[in-house]
Amino acid sequence: MDTYSITRQFADSWMLLAMFVFFLGIVVWVMRPGSSKEYKDVANIPFRHENKPAEDIAADAQRKEARP
Amino acid sequence: MSNYLKLVGLGLVTLFMMIAANYGRDLSYQVHAVILMLVAGGLFLWTLRNTDEPNLSPAAPETGYMDGVVRYAAVATAFWGVVGFLAGTFIAFQLAFPALNFEWAQPYMNFGRLRPLHTSAVIFAFGGNALICTSFYVVQRTSAARLWGGNLAWFVFWGYQLFIVLAATGYLLGGTQSKEYAEPEWYVDLWLTIVWVAYLAVFLGTIVKRKEPHIYVANWFYLSFIVTVAMLHVVNNLAIPVSIFGSDSVQAFAGVQDAMTQWWYGHNAVGFFLTAGFLGMMYYFVPKQAERPVYSYKLSIIHFWALIFLYIWAGPHHLHYTALPDWASTLGMVFSVILWMPSWGGMINGLMTLSGAWDKIRTDPIIRMMVVSIGFYGMSTFEGPMMSIKAVNSLSHYTDWTIGHVHSGALGWNGMITFGALYFLFPKLWNKERLYSLSLVNWHFWLATIGIVLYAASMWVTGIMEGLMWREVDANGFLVNSFADTVAAKFPMYVVRALGGVLYLVGGLIMAYNLWMTVRKGEPKAAAVAAAPAE
Repeated sequence: MDTYSITRQFADSWMLLAMFVFFLGIVVWVMRPGSSKEYKDVANIPFRHENKPAEDIAADAQRKEARP
Repeated sequence: MSNYLKLVGLGLVTLFMMIAANYGRDLSYQVHAVILMLVAGGLFLWTLRNTDEPNLSPAAPETGYMDGVVRYAAVATAFWGVVGFLAGTFIAFQLAFPALNFEWAQPYMNFGRLRPLHTSAVIFAFGGNALICTSFYVVQRTSAARLWGGNLAWFVFWGYQLFIVLAATGYLLGGTQSKEYAEPEWYVDLWLTIVWVAYLAVFLGTIVKRKEPHIYVANWFYLSFIVTVAMLHVVNNLAIPVSIFGSDSVQAFAGVQDAMTQWWYGHNAVGFFLTAGFLGMMYYFVPKQAERPVYSYKLSIIHFWALIFLYIWAGPHHLHYTALPDWASTLGMVFSVILWMPSWGGMINGLMTLSGAWDKIRTDPIIRMMVVSIGFYGMSTFEGPMMSIKAVNSLSHYTDWTIGHVHSGALGWNGMITFGALYFLFPKLWNKERLYSLSLVNWHFWLATIGIVLYAASMWVTGIMEGLMWREVDANGFLVNSFADTVAAKFPMYVVRALGGVLYLVGGLIMAYNLWMTVRKGEPKAAAVAAAPAE
């Protein structure tokens, strides 16, 4: 068979199946037990470091602690 | 030392561009060579002035978020937005009144050359700068890390502006490879590839050094947009230049393969540039403005994977009833229809983020803008799958219905979410208490919304009308209407469409004024009260 037919056959059989299974795997993974708690936490990421990167906040805290 | 290398490089580029300006085979190439000569020569002089000078101002410490480039990109977004809307409104009037294709400006300002100028200005200049601006803002905040790569982010910004200028001047001077939404010639494509790889490096580098263990969903959308656009751009623009001194090139693909590659690119430019990237904006700015987390984070992950798995296949629906094999166009149709589901999942997720805060729609015009934007996202992602069905497409294809569909997505979804993001960003980026005027935001909102409604409604009418007129046959099987009959019948709708464009443009001007006044006259933000314990 020529390259086109081989790749075409692979694409609409095994590759299609692999991608579909991968997608179903993601859905199952998202619904796994205990995920709700984790996602509740990560959904709040936009509200955490509005003004400063984490490193700067840590550095500020260190400076404050070092104050007599 | 690195400055010496830069000088050698810039000097060589300047020299080459001087030669190219002389040997150039066509006008657009020669003008581009002059532009690039001036840019490289200017950079050469600037670098020279700063070489071996005593360093009087030690480099600013690399702390805090890198917002300078975000500010520039925010201004560029507003600027290119107005330029793009103006070009669009003008060509809308050209369609209604052909006399506006001025004889004295031939061929530079005729519809055929201004149309790609309009599409590229709104998609790549307005939308692209909005994506660069917001992605750099969002990735820093959600990674709790400063942008990676130092000045590389500046290279991305200025390199992208240079691309826009080269593309726009090229269209006016006749330099185009005639691929829709991929009109720029080979050397402009090469330049964009370099800029885009730098963009990917900055974005990915920031994600790699993130301090949040989890990669927030907005960054997934942005990343998929950057990666996919790189792939689409490179494959669709595979071409062999005829000469290094000319803008002509020969496409690597031919015939139906070329058409399929083009619409694989074209539809995924919609799917990843105008959808995935802007969904990244939605997943950050809607929660921020509503001050509550996204409705369902689980749904957002499924939304992401479903969207990127499905979108990539939808391209063939642009080629129904052509030389494309039947199976390919059926495949495109089926995937387009399935795509409806994740699109509406995302719409529901965005809208329901407001649950418990619906009162904000009444009080906050920015939230209202975002809600309308998500509403238009839902409407156009329903309309699109419907139009991809072959039977519907046989009526809608080649008519103004398609143009109406594109604009309800572009003006409604992309435009409105970008306006919302800009209104959110400007006070934050310039450290102001609030926007200059909320009532002007309200004016903008209503002008833009009414403008879109006029646009979409008139295009539905004229699109379906001309589709029906084209296929109308009399009792003997002869076509009833000539093509010119349909053009004449469309005139009133074309005027309404152009007026809708005027309203949208006026809204954009009001936004530009409001943002300008926010920066100039806005009340500075009161310094946050330090939460240091009393001593």
